[in-house]
Amino acid sequence: MTTTKERNVIQQQFKERMNEDELMNCMRCGFCLPTCPTYIESGFQEAHSPRGRIALMKAVVDGLIEPDEDVERTLNMCLGCRACEPVCPSGVNYGHLLEEARDIIQKNKKHSLPVRLLRKAVFEELFPHPHRMRTITGLISFYQRSGLQRVVRNTGLLNLLPAQLKEMEKILPKVPTLKEMKHRPNHLPAQGKTKRRVAFFSGCLMDTMFMETNDATMKLLQLAGCEIVIPPQQTCCGALHGHSGEKNQAKELAKRNIEAFEGLNVDYIITNAGGCGAFLIEYDHLLKDDPDWAARAKAFTEKIKDISAILVELDFHKKGLKLPSQVVTYQDSCHLRNVMKTASAPRILLQSIEGIEFREMKEADRCCGSAGIYNIVEPEMSMQILDYKMEQVKETKATTIVTANPGCLLQMKLGIEREGLSDRVRAVHIVELLLEAADASGFTADQQ
Amino acid sequence: MISNEAKQKLISIVGIENYDDSKAGRLVYSYDATPQFQSLPDAVIAPRNTKEVSEIVKICNEYRIPIVPRGSGTNLCAGTCPTEGGIVLIFKHMNKILEIDEENLTVTVQPGVVTLDLIKAVEAKGLFYPPDPSSMKISTIGGNINENSGGLRGLKYGVTRDYVMALEVVLANGDVIRTGGKLAKDVAGYDLTRLFVGSEGTLGIITEATLKLIPMPETKKTMLALYQDLEAAARSVSKIIANKIIPTTLEFLDQPTLEVVEAYAQIGLPTDVKAVLLIEQDGPSEVVERDMKKMAEICKEEQAVSVQVAQSEAEADALRTARRSALSALARLKPTTILEDATVPRSEIAKMVKVINEIAEKYNVKICTFGHAGDGNLHPTCPTDARDREEIERVEKAFEEIFAKAIELGGTITGEHGVGVMKAPYLEWKLGREGIAAMKAIKNALDPNNIMNPGKVFAKSTRKRVVITR
Ligand SMILES: Cc1cc2nc3c(=O)[nH]c(=O)nc-3n(C[C@H](O)[C@H](O)[C@H](O)COP(=O)(O)OP(=O)(O)OC[C@H]3O[C@@H](n4cnc5c(N)ncnc54)[C@H](O)[C@@H]3O)c2cc1C
Ligand code: SF4
Ligand code: SF4
Repeated sequence: MTTTKERNVIQQQFKERMNEDELMNCMRCGFCLPTCPTYIESGFQEAHSPRGRIALMKAVVDGLIEPDEDVERTLNMCLGCRACEPVCPSGVNYGHLLEEARDIIQKNKKHSLPVRLLRKAVFEELFPHPHRMRTITGLISFYQRSGLQRVVRNTGLLNLLPAQLKEMEKILPKVPTLKEMKHRPNHLPAQGKTKRRVAFFSGCLMDTMFMETNDATMKLLQLAGCEIVIPPQQTCCGALHGHSGEKNQAKELAKRNIEAFEGLNVDYIITNAGGCGAFLIEYDHLLKDDPDWAARAKAFTEKIKDISAILVELDFHKKGLKLPSQVVTYQDSCHLRNVMKTASAPRILLQSIEGIEFREMKEADRCCGSAGIYNIVEPEMSMQILDYKMEQVKETKATTIVTANPGCLLQMKLGIEREGLSDRVRAVHIVELLLEAADASGFTADQQ
Repeated sequence: MISNEAKQKLISIVGIENYDDSKAGRLVYSYDATPQFQSLPDAVIAPRNTKEVSEIVKICNEYRIPIVPRGSGTNLCAGTCPTEGGIVLIFKHMNKILEIDEENLTVTVQPGVVTLDLIKAVEAKGLFYPPDPSSMKISTIGGNINENSGGLRGLKYGVTRDYVMALEVVLANGDVIRTGGKLAKDVAGYDLTRLFVGSEGTLGIITEATLKLIPMPETKKTMLALYQDLEAAARSVSKIIANKIIPTTLEFLDQPTLEVVEAYAQIGLPTDVKAVLLIEQDGPSEVVERDMKKMAEICKEEQAVSVQVAQSEAEADALRTARRSALSALARLKPTTILEDATVPRSEIAKMVKVINEIAEKYNVKICTFGHAGDGNLHPTCPTDARDREEIERVEKAFEEIFAKAIELGGTITGEHGVGVMKAPYLEWKLGREGIAAMKAIKNALDPNNIMNPGKVFAKSTRKRVVITR
């Protein structure tokens, strides 16, 4: 609930901070509606469409409507998948509008004490601190390895958790131990001839919970002929903060990252999580009004590249990769596709693997419903979207679902659990499958 | 305003979940794709079937509540802007394809079906529904019928009107009538089907439609011709038709549009050319080959500086990029995009485009023209900024002059976007006082209480006709 006073402040800030040109730029043609998952899944409600959301934001700015619960509701319901952007003839940058609107609402909303504490704990005390991320992950590791997990599962303790979290527990990856996480490399040579010098953005979750994916990514980069620098000063990309209305913190994190990667003299900064990459690639927008940082941010964003894109650039798909026979399908990461504009590279790589049959699922470019923390805060809509997604997956008869972002990976695993397919279908990050293929085909790096 | 009594009655028809009068719920149905129009309805109602529509209409008639039927709100004439309040009637539940009849070559649909979904569904059966407005991926059949929408394939295949065979309509008194049938020949009574086509929701509510299908053409080819001279392009168009070839598509872009498209899409278009024609033909492959060859010859004879015929689908797609990017390129220039559709007889295109450019210069506004050269339907488009009142005034004057000129050349104020609120003040220019009176008589007979989309088509006052001194 927002109070009248809060609403007035929110309205005022909408007037001051929302980009009016961008709002006006929407000509209300509706071309974005058929690509919006929440419009479709809500049974074609304009309020849950991009055009409707933009109209509501504009109406708040124009003073036509108050930022009431309903307005907040439709903004919360948005996945932030940004599928509405590439199809917009006017080039409306919806993602930026959403981010700003959410930030204004968050800043001026009095959350209940528990919510406030949780937000503070997660956004300020956890993600920006690599060692704390490691500690938490270490605890999970202990939980998984000590036998505690078995005990908890057997005793039915999990039933105390909401259904959503209970399912989540099952799909957590097998995480590394504290010790394993402490010894991370800062520099790795290329195997064979050095073709590129790159920096690797290791990410907070990726370097803890998903450390194996990071290791596979670096291994592939080395095989493809990249010398890798991994600056230890880097930190969380800030996407979670930015998308949840904690913009100032996102800016601080951005600055730390820009500093960490400046002056490394690298060709690219490589990412392996669509969600992080898309946020990094928009640091220039995030810091555009900060004269000390705008240019530095621009230089940073120009170097961002997804792992699939560099692998294709280095002809990794022409190296005779092989795998045992299996049907593979690919679920786009929304942010990788819609913001980083990387859609064909992962497909080129997958299709190059001998032995697998690549089957495109219907609407692979539609969000899986994971969307950062959306599946936790909007479970109902998220599961509805996931169920539709799994129908499309089943249609392909794929046994391997490939993704390019940790959130999507977990969501697909959740989908597999929910459908009871875990004995037949697996979900992997694309780098894991590529490394599997490289190993299986006796890949050797180019010597010259 | 809707009285509480009327509200309760409406809710008892559709259920509380299909009646929305929240502020946000009303706001998102306060607009359509027309710039500078916005007005809140009192409520938004989503009926589930014809019976509910009929009951709703009866209540509205009794309480004099305006009804604005709405598809996807993509019209460009403020046709679904609830300028007089009332209810917006949406068809999100009535969006099923009811039947594809392969023997009679018809498809029967509910009004909320999205045009492209229908096209895909019939194409999966080897059948063809030609009307393809550029907005087809979201426009609805209900909207298409009520605007009598056209598309790129209009020259050869006609517009929506030519495919509507039968309708189920709820009249203002709640009566449900069925017009037409799956019949190629039918002269029993007035042709009410045609009356409702293009009626913009002012005569009744379409609740079901049966549309004509034709067999899918076997092949299709695409070419692009560039010209140094507007007249030459126009002459090519006339000569193609004079040679008894009717291509599927004959699209045109003028130089200001080309500049914008090239700046946006960077596809290597020469920006010093004055006009581009995109030409497509479909049909049996021998016919298509022959026509394409002949048309390429004609274009060259008429001094096209380059004629490219696509050799593959990928190449054809590349050639279509220029035309397809036109709107995106224009819409990105300025916050407001005004997209018009003045239409002239085919033979007058060159003259019209030239006049449009002169008018733009006279009022110092940017107007880029592209459109369907084959049927004379032009889209003079103005990138502007609704906040700049002074410029908007000049834009309005310029368009007023464009409409007047179109009529003078034997054309019309709108070829496919409809009248709505936007063009209502100009309608008399085209129809004359007597024409308007005849239309009003029909309107009064069918909707005596004026509850069906009031304020549309008929203007409160007609614009004084601008006198062109040139
Ligand atoms: C970018 C863009 C490109 C466009 N290109 C074209 C084009 O190429 N050709 C073209 O012809 N048009 C074009 N249009 C205009 C518009 O898309 C068409 O008029 C379309 O048919 C409207 O469909 P809709 O479902 O959005 O209808 P709406 O805009 O919702 O409604 C249109 C009219 O139909 C009435 N209506 C809707 N449903 C019913 C019903 N069931 N019963 C009674 N009345 C009803 C409404 O009251 C209104 O008067 C374009 C628009 C845009 C924004
Ligand atoms: S496609 Fe773009 S311009 Fe059209 S309604 Fe959506 S956001 Fe607005
Ligand atoms: S970001 Fe995704 S969910 Fe949100 S409006 Fe755009 S398409 Fe819809």
